[in-house]
Amino acid sequence: MITLGMDLGTQRVKAVILKDGEEVSRGQAFSGFDATTATEEAVAQALKGAGLQRSDIAYSVATGSSMENAPGADSTISMMSADAKAGVYFFPKAHTIIDIGAEEARAVKCDDKAVMVDFVVNERCAAGAGAFIEAMARALEVKLEDMGPLSLKAERASPINASCVIFGESDVVSLIHRQESKPEIARAVFDAMADRVSSMVHRIGVNPDVVLIGGVAKDVGFIAALKRKLGVEILIPDFPDYAGALGAALIAATRAKERQK
Amino acid sequence: MKEPSNVKDELEFWRWREYNRIVEGKQWTSKDIITAGVDVGSVGSKAAIMINGEAYSWSITRTGSNSPESASKALGLALLGTGLKASDLKYIVGTGYGRVNVPMANKAITEIACHAKGANYIWGPSVRTVLDVGGQDIKAIRSDETGRVVSFLMNDKCAAGTGRGMEVFADLMQIPIEEIGAISLKVDEEPPPVSCTCVAFAKTEAIGLLRKGWSKEKVLAAYTRAMAVRMANLINRVGLEKELVITGGQSKNIGIVTRIEVVLGIKCLPPPNWRDGGLDPMVAGAFGAALFGKALYEKTQKG
Repeated sequence: MITLGMDLGTQRVKAVILKDGEEVSRGQAFSGFDATTATEEAVAQALKGAGLQRSDIAYSVATGSSMENAPGADSTISMMSADAKAGVYFFPKAHTIIDIGAEEARAVKCDDKAVMVDFVVNERCAAGAGAFIEAMARALEVKLEDMGPLSLKAERASPINASCVIFGESDVVSLIHRQESKPEIARAVFDAMADRVSSMVHRIGVNPDVVLIGGVAKDVGFIAALKRKLGVEILIPDFPDYAGALGAALIAATRAKERQK
Repeated sequence: MKEPSNVKDELEFWRWREYNRIVEGKQWTSKDIITAGVDVGSVGSKAAIMINGEAYSWSITRTGSNSPESASKALGLALLGTGLKASDLKYIVGTGYGRVNVPMANKAITEIACHAKGANYIWGPSVRTVLDVGGQDIKAIRSDETGRVVSFLMNDKCAAGTGRGMEVFADLMQIPIEEIGAISLKVDEEPPPVSCTCVAFAKTEAIGLLRKGWSKEKVLAAYTRAMAVRMANLINRVGLEKELVITGGQSKNIGIVTRIEVVLGIKCLPPPNWRDGGLDPMVAGAFGAALFGKALYEKTQKG
């Protein structure tokens, strides 16, 4: 049985195709101003990768901030439930799943059956999400993908305002004027963000295993900072940015079976 | 004050006017109680000099990266042309975000107390609610007829609604910050407010609206509306009681002031005509600080 999961994020749309519960292909596209077109693109890419047609898909589930714009979705699922499903799929003992996307951060607490029991969301504020790193990289005149490796070269961190992107930018500029080194400023950016994410996660409790997913989970600088802050081992799947889409595809498989009955 | 060079001026839409003013026809002697208040904010530094509790001169300048230097710069500018020397000042009170870094101050007092006191001085004893919109935070303050703080609420750690947030929008729209308020009112019909209050997200939303063909006026109206709603909510939470006044840099943003009045359904007491020599509501904290300075000086003389 073929199922499809679509994650319509604020920056990118991701699609994952499963065959009998196993991942067979992925696709992604920039969300731009038209999430529907972007989703079609991501899905077409995934179908091509798997050598399948749209008609081969038994069931599709959409998630993400623009989930209502997913073309041809059979149903939708909350981002939190998709996170829980994906986290436990990768790491069966997962109880805390942290998902950091471009514009939103979430932490989900789940029980032994991968069911979400509590969650906390940071939305409508750029400070706790990928947008923070992006804005600081711009202020520092460093490529986004270079921020993480750069921060690992730092021996200490300079303090910056973690609570707001706008104030953080001013802080970064004054640190540059004070001739602080770029690695140290980069480290400060990740420490500041990890601080914010950590206090968010503490509201639902840090229950091992702790899993990190979402686009920011690819950033070595953030991973290192969050490990320092939480003081626990953090598990990260191979393609953490596709986790939401994968969770949706897993839920699609369950719903397809229910429909057959 | 010398204006920055033209090219720089054109690019820096956030830049607001720095100035100093001396009240005409006022004399002072060494017998007078001459005090100063220095309010080092995150964006602007203000200083006020008072003779026996009456405003004599004041200044507004941009806060630099160094608070003590900014304090000295503001005070120096307030003294400029008065014939007064720093040593003539009997008592100096520091206030604002950088108040602990005012090296010449005899004492530091919170800007909340100073703004309530200063608003009472500028507008008189009928003031009960003060909204202070500074560069880095928003405060809603309830005060009594003497200008004493009864309660307050503060929104900090977020640029939404602050002067800094407005500076970001001035740059984005390429409109000088002092014109933004008036321009935001040039719409036939008020558009719905932007959905994001986070300045970083609101910027993205605004760019999207401009691409959709919205005019700058309309986008500014939508942004200003969202910020005014945020400020009105803070005022409602602290409990609105007449009369309401607005201090801080954003008190000069007519787009914000008008919309707060619409949202709350009441009129603010109008600010003095500061462009024409009247007391500047952006200097309220420094006026309050100078008044506290007078009271504290009198205490030292008695005891």
